[in-house]
Amino acid sequence: MEAIVQQFFNLAIMERALPLILSGLKETIVLCLIVIPLGLAGGLAFAIISLSRLRTVRWAAVAGIDFFRSIPPLVLLIFIYAGLPFAGLRPSPMMAVAIAFFLNTSSYYGEIYRAGIESVGQGQWDAAHSTGLKGHQTLAYVVLPQAVRNVLPDLVSNTVEVVKLTSIASVVALPELLYTADMARSATFNSSPIVLAAAIYLVMLWPVVRLISRLERRIAA
Amino acid sequence: MKGVGVTIEIAAAVVLTGTLLGLALAVVRAFRLLALNAVIVIFVDMFRALPPLVLVLLVYFGLPNVGINLPSFVVLWLVLALVLAAFAEEIFWAGILSIPKGQWEAAHSTGLGFLGTLAYVVLPQAIRLTVPPLTNRTIAITKNTALGTVIGVGEILNQATTAQSFSGNATPLMMGAIAYLALFIPIVVLGRFLETRFAWRRI
Repeated sequence: MEAIVQQFFNLAIMERALPLILSGLKETIVLCLIVIPLGLAGGLAFAIISLSRLRTVRWAAVAGIDFFRSIPPLVLLIFIYAGLPFAGLRPSPMMAVAIAFFLNTSSYYGEIYRAGIESVGQGQWDAAHSTGLKGHQTLAYVVLPQAVRNVLPDLVSNTVEVVKLTSIASVVALPELLYTADMARSATFNSSPIVLAAAIYLVMLWPVVRLISRLERRIAA
Repeated sequence: MKGVGVTIEIAAAVVLTGTLLGLALAVVRAFRLLALNAVIVIFVDMFRALPPLVLVLLVYFGLPNVGINLPSFVVLWLVLALVLAAFAEEIFWAGILSIPKGQWEAAHSTGLGFLGTLAYVVLPQAIRLTVPPLTNRTIAITKNTALGTVIGVGEILNQATTAQSFSGNATPLMMGAIAYLALFIPIVVLGRFLETRFAWRRI
């Protein structure tokens, strides 16, 4: 018991590691602020392209979504970070992470938007057209607001996944929350810094996870 | 390319144990014992909120210091199975809740007990509903087997990066990516098929 407290809940070590870990937290938040809006926008683009009247364009969008949903984000990240230099491009860790996570998250968001748009009945399109709205106006003012409401729990839950995903950036030495915690761990030979980082993730995400459960139940009811 | 075998092995072990544990937890939760349910909800929420990589590092580097030494293969399997179990529990539970009360009452009136109702009436219907979300979640979590590379499990990504640094060439990485695509695209497409099929039936 004593050993467990020493090893995982060592307050003295947590206190020493705190400034470093808080700087990591800042980096994690910056990363989220870059990746989440990019992903939401990219996903919307994927979804709108997949509505195209041209079969090849539609097919390409769905293939793109499936492609990036099939590749583990870590593989994509290492491919971009370690592979691109062979092609003469040398992305910084931040750049590599932004590109990899943009491709990964927008494919997931795209799939969610697509499901949402499909959940809005054809009658809504027809009715909007009959009032004189053009295709893009119908999409923006009639279909999307309803689509987003229908898939709101999925959008929020995917956003939680994106925040969790940022921990993978530690693998390419981007000094975010997990990376700084792991640095502190290897410096002190003690797991308390990682427990501290885990606690920070919990504080950030637990309320959202609870919210998702409630949203899901309300929509099901 | 022996990484492919390792990836498939871990993924299979994770899917099997994770979904079964998730189902078991959902069944236990159906008994509605207050204290037990609180424990289950806390477990489920924690494993849904924590990034898997954090858990992997915590278990891999933390446990040896308190005298428990697990091979990295086991660490990866354990963490991913628990994460999947947490998500699966939530999905199965939502499925059980979605079965109207009338089904329970009708089953009781034919003389079926609580477990009989659960096993023969509620679960068969609930599990149908859970197939699409469960497939999606399972795919997302089995893709996390790539995290094993961080703690030196010899799966696809690990073999590919090792080969890449030996050969000084990006081809192994490309092969690794292709291996993942070959493994997962069929499953993603299957998931899409299941989704439309089950969604259509639900209405």
